[in-house]
Amino acid sequence: MAQKNNKVSPDEVVVSMDHVNKWFGQFHVLRDINLQVNRGERIVICGPSGSGKSTLIRCLNRLEEHQQGDISVHGIELNNDVKNIDEIRREVGMVFQHFNLFPHLSILENCMLAPVWVRKTPRVEAEEIAMHFLTRVKIPEQAHKYPGQLSGGQQQRVAIARALCMQPQLMLFDEPTSALDPEMIKEVLDTMVELAEDGMTMICVTHEMGFARKVANRVIFMDEGQIIEQNEPEAFFNNPQSDRTKLFLSQILGH
Amino acid sequence: MTKKEKKIMRPGLDSHNLCFVRYEDAPILPAPPSEVGVTGWLYHNIFQSMNDFSSIQSCIKSILAALFTLFVFYFFVTQLYGFIDFALISAVWSDPEGLKRQACWTLEQGGSLPDGWHGACWPYIIAKAKFIMYGAYPGGELWRVNLTYLIGGSMLAWVLIEPLPFRKLVGFVLLVFYPMFATVMLSGGGGGFSTTVVGVSTLLGLSLLTISRLGKKGELPKIFSDIVAISGTAGWALIFIAAFIVVTGFDSGLINVDTRDWGGLLITLVVATTAIVASLPLGILLALGRRSEMPIARSLSIIFIEFWRGVPLITVLFMASVMIPLFMPEGVNFDSLLRALIGVTLWQSAYMAEVIRGGLQAIDKGQYEAADSMGLTYWQSMRLIILPQALKHVLPGIVNTVISVFKDTSLVSIVGIFDLLGATQSTLADAAWSTPVQSPTGYLVVASIFFVFCFGMSRYSMYLERKLNRGH
Repeated sequence: MAQKNNKVSPDEVVVSMDHVNKWFGQFHVLRDINLQVNRGERIVICGPSGSGKSTLIRCLNRLEEHQQGDISVHGIELNNDVKNIDEIRREVGMVFQHFNLFPHLSILENCMLAPVWVRKTPRVEAEEIAMHFLTRVKIPEQAHKYPGQLSGGQQQRVAIARALCMQPQLMLFDEPTSALDPEMIKEVLDTMVELAEDGMTMICVTHEMGFARKVANRVIFMDEGQIIEQNEPEAFFNNPQSDRTKLFLSQILGH
Repeated sequence: MTKKEKKIMRPGLDSHNLCFVRYEDAPILPAPPSEVGVTGWLYHNIFQSMNDFSSIQSCIKSILAALFTLFVFYFFVTQLYGFIDFALISAVWSDPEGLKRQACWTLEQGGSLPDGWHGACWPYIIAKAKFIMYGAYPGGELWRVNLTYLIGGSMLAWVLIEPLPFRKLVGFVLLVFYPMFATVMLSGGGGGFSTTVVGVSTLLGLSLLTISRLGKKGELPKIFSDIVAISGTAGWALIFIAAFIVVTGFDSGLINVDTRDWGGLLITLVVATTAIVASLPLGILLALGRRSEMPIARSLSIIFIEFWRGVPLITVLFMASVMIPLFMPEGVNFDSLLRALIGVTLWQSAYMAEVIRGGLQAIDKGQYEAADSMGLTYWQSMRLIILPQALKHVLPGIVNTVISVFKDTSLVSIVGIFDLLGATQSTLADAAWSTPVQSPTGYLVVASIFFVFCFGMSRYSMYLERKLNRGH
């Protein structure tokens, strides 16, 4: 465990959230969130459904707008300035629960799209980058197929490759394995573990506690829109402090 | 054999005998004749509904099904035979003696055909072919129309046929330069142009393009971002209009043919292609506008769509031909065909917008989010992600709309523009060809021409659907 913490550089802050609050209409969905993530850190966020975990990471690239508090990503303040939002989105990759691949484009085109149109990378170079990352997620042979022809696990690996093609500083994972069959979860988690070993800064919303133990530097437990507890994985799982954490852990680890 | 013994005879898989192992594969047998080949087809498509005689009820059902099948078959065959008989077998094909209407008269009517004869009078169509196809377009100038058809048709075929190279380039030329060429060829051009209109439009276009350039470099404040987004497209559109006016205004050396002399299929094709080609982009913009979060764009789109959808096309055409001239300043004369064209296009684009909006609504929210999370701009994600999928979803609806506008163009005859139907109808008034079969023959021709075009569009759309299918 000591080895994985080596890569964290404490002075380089990638994400900072300062007293962030968000409402959906009357409903207070994020309550006073304070979070700082350093370069190379792997954070796992867990908690019961409706606790605001997804909303939290979706605020980091402005898929959701927060109403109070400050968020800055990669040193850029996240406000209404479209330029800032675009700049942040270029540096932040996101993987969704339902993959959200573009079904009318081939796997290769899915991966080349953002580099070509957002980063203005020449097509030949973008194709090289795409093939590089498709090889890394171990599906280069599927490059010319369409998403509909792939299994769920393969689609999610493509989604990871697609996000990596922008060479982001930070990767957000929004329940990446929740829509997968059990036998496909492993292939996606393996890809994520490899990514973590390469030193990628990651924030994962997931219920895969094995993954959290193996990879995370920090596990954050959320409930009712608040951060209830955060700790190193060993301490978090073996010695939870709050009653709500204990209850949650007993429910998901109980069987 | 008792019931109990029977049960034991079956291998395994019941609650008494929990262990079952298969040592020999069950044989792979050929399919029964009811599943494959001609017999299979006949069984599944005709006889499946009438082969059950196990009870009185199902006997009655089977007999009724058989009778109904026979009736439909009989009806279909007699109708088809009647049609073929009228159009081909009994038809009069030529009129070598120049008898005109007498060529298609029966003995009773004073001609030479047997009494009770009923068939198409093709010499009448041959004599009127030029009018049905081109209206009153001067006979010596028909090569201009034919050349326009030939060039347009071959370019369109080039764009539509998959393996040909440079399809995008040809499509660009077809959309941008061909309209100017066709206008000059058909009308002769040379009407001159108003320098003010061209100047203002060019200047406005250039300034919009500048805004777009500046906006893309990020040198304009954020509140202009919506204007920046469409200023590029709008700028090019204005410059296109200016170029169009200039090109068609110059004297081409061709004889001027007033649009009042255009007619027949020519009018139908001009009105339909203009309305179809122009209404698609307009419809896309309106559909995006209606779903936009910008209140002004959204309300303008809703007002536009609801207004044009709420008015019958005939009213639109009357407004265009009767009311607009009243509002025009003295001396300004706006071509009546052009007015009808604009009317049909705007009316059509409202329908197109709603069809496309249906497609936009079918796109999963995740597609928008994935595009956003990659940093694509609104227009990029629309162009690259959302619209290709949305348009594909509603391709049947778009083609439906396109086919219906193709047929609705007949309504322009109500404001004195002679389209295919109007021109054919006016030939019916020619007493020299007056026979009882004159109007059936004429309408048969009109219907066939419309059918060929509409059926062609329908088949191409089915081909497109298959081609764009990505198995999801």
